[in-house]
Order: sequence, then structure tokens, then C-alpha cells
Amino acid sequence: MPPRFTPERVRYDRRYRTLDKYRFIVGFLAVPLAFYALFVISPFIQAIYYSFTDWSGGPVANFVGFDNYEKMWNDERFWDSLRVSALLLVIAPVLTLVLGMFFAYMITSGGRHRRGRAIAGVAGSSVYKVVYFFPQVLSVAIIAVVWGRVFNTNSGLINGGLDKVGVDGPAWLGGDETLGLISLLTVISWSFIGFYVVLFSAAMGAIPKDIYEAALLDGAGRARTFFNVTLPLIWDTVRTGWIYMGIQALDTFAICLVMVPPHVLKVTPVFLYERFRDGQYGYATSIGVVLLFLSMAFSLIVMRVGNRDRIEY
Amino acid sequence: MTTTTTAPPSKTTSAPRREKETGGALNVFSHAFLVLWVILAAGPLIWVALTAFRPSAEILSDPMGWPASFHWENFSNAWNKANIGQYTLNSLIILAGSLTGTMLLGSMAAYVIARFTFPGNRVIFMLFAGGMMFPVILALVPLFAVMENFGLLDTRPGLMIAYIAYSLPFTTFFLTSFFRTLPTGVQEAAMVDGASHTRTFFQIMLPMAKPGLVSIGIFNFLGQWNQYLLPLLLNNEDEKSYVLPQGLASLAVSQGYRGDWGALFAGLTIAMLPVLVVYAVFQRQVQAGLTAGAIK
Repeated sequence: MPPRFTPERVRYDRRYRTLDKYRFIVGFLAVPLAFYALFVISPFIQAIYYSFTDWSGGPVANFVGFDNYEKMWNDERFWDSLRVSALLLVIAPVLTLVLGMFFAYMITSGGRHRRGRAIAGVAGSSVYKVVYFFPQVLSVAIIAVVWGRVFNTNSGLINGGLDKVGVDGPAWLGGDETLGLISLLTVISWSFIGFYVVLFSAAMGAIPKDIYEAALLDGAGRARTFFNVTLPLIWDTVRTGWIYMGIQALDTFAICLVMVPPHVLKVTPVFLYERFRDGQYGYATSIGVVLLFLSMAFSLIVMRVGNRDRIEY
Repeated sequence: MTTTTTAPPSKTTSAPRREKETGGALNVFSHAFLVLWVILAAGPLIWVALTAFRPSAEILSDPMGWPASFHWENFSNAWNKANIGQYTLNSLIILAGSLTGTMLLGSMAAYVIARFTFPGNRVIFMLFAGGMMFPVILALVPLFAVMENFGLLDTRPGLMIAYIAYSLPFTTFFLTSFFRTLPTGVQEAAMVDGASHTRTFFQIMLPMAKPGLVSIGIFNFLGQWNQYLLPLLLNNEDEKSYVLPQGLASLAVSQGYRGDWGALFAGLTIAMLPVLVVYAVFQRQVQAGLTAGAIK
């Protein structure tokens, strides 16, 4: 009851106030929690259960134990898709993070040492940061369509450009798995580099300037400053970025589904989606569970491998 | 000429000590790389925008060419014949509902979690925070069934609810930490003056949280406008009800037979323009919001 309708004698009573507080808490949490529990939490939990059933969309789902997982183990198409996903998981973060770090370092510290300042960004660094981020704000579906056109064999941007210099461009998405993989990696890195440039620039910008001044005074060159000063100090951000990019690479769905024809190559999420479309619901969810475990394992490994002493500054 | 400038790029790792005037070879080389990436980042998008003005036959024969004359009819074709107008409208309707819902429900939950102590407070917070870590693809199949059971499959409210539900984890997480930073004094003063909890929230705390709401609002705007997986799964029945990215993806596939490439490129341009404009205007908040999303 709003205070103006609450009788004076109970308004300041402690029990009434407690009751009022809980009524408010429940009222405010009920709808968000209900939505969240029904449409997010419950599907996740159900997924684990359904991965042990032969559910095909109908009312009956029989418990079949590890049959789906066994089927997956013997399914060559699954292993093919997993090989592509694993390649992305390994190569995409390295490619994206290295380039992102290089650009971020140039933007924050690559400039001339003007007016006695130890470090400065290159000229126009704010413009770079804005433009590099462009791909990150577009829909993955649109990115996939655009790059599908760019890579198109006959009327694409790349082969059109190669034509101009008299080179016959290959069929990028036409059938060769390696070329397909290169295309996929290009698009993934292209769309995420801007994000890491911004992320790493923020981390690099937080490093105190006097550390750079000291390094400069000691005669460290730019590369040396980067490897001995900048990188150790932003290591936590790099590790977070590494995990995040790995999970993104493992989650690659729309780009592969829209851009790459299914006969060339497919990643595991696309393989999952195709099983779902075929009505093999139980099988599809078990693939999802495997993907979940893979991304958790990946995060744990990176945490372990990348564990260094934290440097406080 | 100093020794600095004569050092070849490959040897820059052993750059001379006391770089009095850095610049020179390394700077030229790295700067060229920065410019190259500008071209790579923006190039495909500019190519799409330019190609949108060319007739289909020309696009096929010479993909790299400059528009000889401006064919505005590509845009009207895309808007009317290729249904881009309908898709845009669908996206706008869905977004109006889902964004309002996300912001309202997210800030309500975040406010209660951040400013009240009650049993289960931590658990609920962890529940929301945990939702950010799971891949949506895992929930795909059961979500489809849940939606079907509620009769929400292939309906606009259904899609809105799904967008809201999947935006709640990060929105709540972000706003919880934001509400925690607001001063407690104002809230107490409002209560002493006799405002109810609800009134305090809507008239005092929400206006105070505006900077946080703007950041997360733009974040959700972009995320929901760009959504592809959820509509593909939950809104796939009627082509007329497709949202923009979904419509364009299906258009790209069907162009293989029909071949109005001009309309496809015009459609892509129409779809990219609003987000790029929103981004250009709010780029600081967008970058802050999206990078905050990485460091969960």
C-alpha cells in the first residue's frame, strides 16, 4: 500500500515496514525471474536431460542413456565439424589477439615522443579506434552476407580485384576446404579485431606513464617496451580476451551457416542446427552439451596456461 | 639522415638506444599497416554501399567497378519487392517491445538485487551472472519446445519475450553494479519523506541511473537489432514476419535463382546504415558497453 493510504499508526511500525519491503522485493523480482527461469534456465537444464533421450519433437522422449553420445562418437560428420571448430578455436584467437594488440599498441604508444612525453598514440588514433570497431556493431548475418559477396567466385570483390591485375581468383567458397577455412577465419578475425583494439587500448591506457618513462630512460626500444612492460601489465586482459575469443570461435554459427555452402565445410554448431532441423532433437542437444563442456574445458586450460603472477601497479 | 631512419623495418627490434626522434622507417611501416586496416575494415562496407547504386548485370560483369550512374531504383526495389520495408518494420516493432521490456525488467531486478538485503540475494545474482556464460546454442532445442508449449512460436510477443529473457543476464549484471554505486542518502531521504519503494525507484533512482541505462540501452539496441539465431529458431514460419538480418540472409540465398543483386546490395545498405549511424553518434558508450561485456 502506498504510504499515503497507510494508516499513521502502522506506517512506522517495524513489522509493517519489513512486510512492505518484502512485498516490494517479490513484486519487482517476480516477472524478470519468471521470464529468466522459464526461457533461459529451464531450457539449459532440459538440454542436459534431453541429451540422454531419443526425443524427436513428439510428446514421447525415451531415456536411452549414452546412445546419443555413442552415435556422436561414431559419426564422421560430427568429427569433421569438430575438426573445423577446433581449428577455429586455436587459430582465430591467436590471429585476432596478435593483430588487435599490435593495433592497440600503435594507437596508444606508437606515436612520436613529442614534447618530452614518454608515450603517445599515433596521429589520428581516435579515428582508427572508431573505424576498426565498425564490424562489431553489425549483425553477424549481415556480415556473412556481405562477405559471401566479397568472396564470390565470379562477381566478388576479391576475384574482381584479382581480375583487374590479370589473376584468376580461386573459388573461395566453392569446394576447397582450406580456402573455405581461410575465408571463415578472415571474417571472424575481421569482425572481432576492432573489439580487441578497443579492449586492449583501454588496458594499455591504464598503465601509468612513469613506467614508460623509466623504460625509455633505461634505453628500451619500442619492441622491448612492449614485451617487457606493456604485455606483462595487461596480461590479465589478454587472458580474458583469449578465453572470450575462443568461445566466440567455438560459437561461430551464423557466419558459417550463411556464408559457407554446407558441402564445403561446417562447424559444430551448424552440424547441431542441421540435426535439429532433421528432427533429431535428442541428438542435437547432446552435441550442445559436448560444446558446453568443450568451451568450459578451453576456459580452464587457458586459465591454467595463462596463469602468471599478477602485477599490481 | 640519422641512423634511426636508415634502420630497415625488419631490424627495428634492436632499435637504437635513446630514440630522440622516433618515426622513420618503423613509423612509416606501422602507420601504413594502420591505414591498410582502415581500408580492410571499412572497404567491404563501402563497396556494398557503392554497388547498391549499380544495375545487377553490371555487378556481375565487373564487381569492382564504380557506379556509372546512380540507380536509385535498387533501393525502391529492395524496399518494396524484396520486402526490406516489411522486414525493417518487423524489426522495429519487435525492438520497441523487447527493448522496453529488457530495460524495465532488467533495471527492476538489478535495483532490488543491488539495494536490498534479503535471503537469496546472492543466489539470484549468481543465477543471472551465470546465464552469461552458457552458449545459447545449447538451449536451442528445448527453447523451441518451451515456446511451442506456450503457443509463442512464430509470434511477435514470443520473439520479444525471448529477446528480453536472453538480454536479462547481462543487463541485470551491468545495472546491479551500477545501482550499487549510487549514493544511499537520496534513497533514504525519499523514504523519510514518505515515498513508497516503487515511487522511490521510478522517480528517484531510475533518473539517477540514467548514464548506466543509456549505456546498456544502446548495447541492447545493437544486440537485439542484430539478433539472428533467435529469430531463425523461433520466427521461421512466415517469410513476411522475418526480421531484418534474417530477411537479408534468406534474400542472399534466394538471389541465387532470381538474381536481383542490386536490390540485395541496396537492402544490405539499408540494414547497415542505422546501426552505423547510432554507433557514430554514441561510439564512446557503445565501446564502453561492449568491452564491459567481455570482462564479465
